[in-house]
Amino acid sequence: MLTYLLAFILFAVGLYSVINKRNLIKIIMGIIIMEHAVNAFLILIGYRISGKAPILEKGTSVTEFVNSAMDPLPQALVITSIVISLGVVALMVALAVRLYQHYGTFDITEIRKLRG
Amino acid sequence: MLPLFVAIPLGVGFLLPLIEEFRERTRLFAVTVLLETGLLLALSLVKFGEKSIYRLGGWPPPIGINYVLDGLSSLVLVVISGIAFVTVLFAMTYMSKYENLGKFYGLFSLMLAGMYGVALTGDVFNMYVYLEVAAISSYALVGFNRGAEELEASFKYLIMGAVGSVFILLGIAFLYGSVGSLNIADISVRVSEVSDQSFILLSTALFIVGFGLKAAFIPFHSWLPDAHSSAPTPISAMLSGVLIKVLGVYALSRILFNGLNLPSLTPQLLTWIGAGSMFIGGMIALGQNDLKRLLAYSSISQMGYITLGLGMGGIFISQGKPAIATLALIGGLFHLVNHATYKSLLFLFSGGVERIFGTRDLSKIGGITRVSPVSGATGTIGTLSISGVPPFNGFWSKLVIVIAAIWGGLYPIAGIVLFTSAITLAYYLKVQRELFLGEVVGEIADKGKISPGIYVPLLILAICCIGLGLLYLPEIRGIVLKPAALALQEGSEYTQLVLGL
Repeated sequence: MLTYLLAFILFAVGLYSVINKRNLIKIIMGIIIMEHAVNAFLILIGYRISGKAPILEKGTSVTEFVNSAMDPLPQALVITSIVISLGVVALMVALAVRLYQHYGTFDITEIRKLRG
Repeated sequence: MLPLFVAIPLGVGFLLPLIEEFRERTRLFAVTVLLETGLLLALSLVKFGEKSIYRLGGWPPPIGINYVLDGLSSLVLVVISGIAFVTVLFAMTYMSKYENLGKFYGLFSLMLAGMYGVALTGDVFNMYVYLEVAAISSYALVGFNRGAEELEASFKYLIMGAVGSVFILLGIAFLYGSVGSLNIADISVRVSEVSDQSFILLSTALFIVGFGLKAAFIPFHSWLPDAHSSAPTPISAMLSGVLIKVLGVYALSRILFNGLNLPSLTPQLLTWIGAGSMFIGGMIALGQNDLKRLLAYSSISQMGYITLGLGMGGIFISQGKPAIATLALIGGLFHLVNHATYKSLLFLFSGGVERIFGTRDLSKIGGITRVSPVSGATGTIGTLSISGVPPFNGFWSKLVIVIAAIWGGLYPIAGIVLFTSAITLAYYLKVQRELFLGEVVGEIADKGKISPGIYVPLLILAICCIGLGLLYLPEIRGIVLKPAALALQEGSEYTQLVLGL
């Protein structure tokens, strides 16, 4: 139960950083923290205490495998979501670099040509 | 046949930037993408009304991923393909002065692949992946001009979009943790057997926030006016016309109606979110002077109508009034089709205006009808349709929504719809007065010449605006819109189609 809570605290830290920080890099780091918190939570859903790796070996019966192995599906989901977040983060960093070239600052309150 | 919808644009999107590395063939790229969207439009029209599923890799549904074509997704496919085709036709002329067009058309195709994937897939996580494909390419396309404002808008959109995606993923995690399945049809079978419904409600809330960020419902709308006004014009038309609908409203209603069987209070929540978006978006649009920003706020307001129609459908379903529920859902979906046509028409028109005058500030320009009669006429048709003037399509869909609200006894909702209609008319009358009528104001940058490449797409969309009013006739409505509404309403039909129960 505590580990689930830790994942949520991590999520909240990321969300706080996205909402409250003024520096572009810190906002990007907030997004990364949120994504990792969700990934950790997904892994926890499929986790089983002292469970085996979900590989069906020869000689193991299927019922025994189902009762002892961890759920492989969340792990597959997490790999996909890590790849997606890599793409998002790369785009975010590229945009931040370009913005720095235009404005000479990472401060979000000074990057304000568009009216809200 | 179904995987072709994803495979063709994915392949084109991969090849064009690769070819561009060796040879700059702008004309060839544009023609390729035009052929691609034309082919997909033909394919989606051929497939219209068909009900079939495709199993990826041959795995049976609860285990493998499957693509589902039912009434709703075939309607959405036609809307995506139609708007994409017209937009590419417009972009062939409009974008020809830009550089790196291989990347532009490549990203455009990737965005299409993502949207087709969202429309077709029957698996929640697969939907998330396609949603990210479409969203990431749209972030890059918004900043395509690489000016300071475009980059700022793109970054803002990217941050809000990424937060929305994280919320959706967290919702999927809760859903999988409590239901134990990712297939939408399988979820709808299992969800009623779950003993603890609180996690289902939590994931519903996360989905509403996540998809609400993508669809720009009112508390989450702040990225939309920046992104839609800074993007290159064809992309504004795609974003406002199709992307926010497919990624936001379609994906959300597919999961809520077909997957989770409408958890309690969500239809009411959707209805009031829709009413709020509609009203507040309209009020902010009244004060705008930049043509594209005005159109963007009006998009928020019009998305409110769609959400409200679907939400009311949900309320009537839970009250056990199926006939009125069908009518309300038809109203929402009818408005979705209509808004796609006239909002992309108006965004493309605003690109033409910017070409002629060199600015979009309404106080500095005027008299477009004298400069270019054809584009002036199409723009007038667009504004009349969106403000709900009788012979055009916008009137009929609003009428259906109001009839459904009154028939079902939701009088306050009907009042808000009518009042917002009046506000919409007010700000488009302002556009009429400033932009269309009167003497020519402002310097004409492009000597007033608008080539056929610009106004032919506008004409096509304007004809659609007039013609789509025919969908109001019960015979035609029964063929085109009713299957889509029933696909949302009759959850068991969807389950039967996918799982064969």
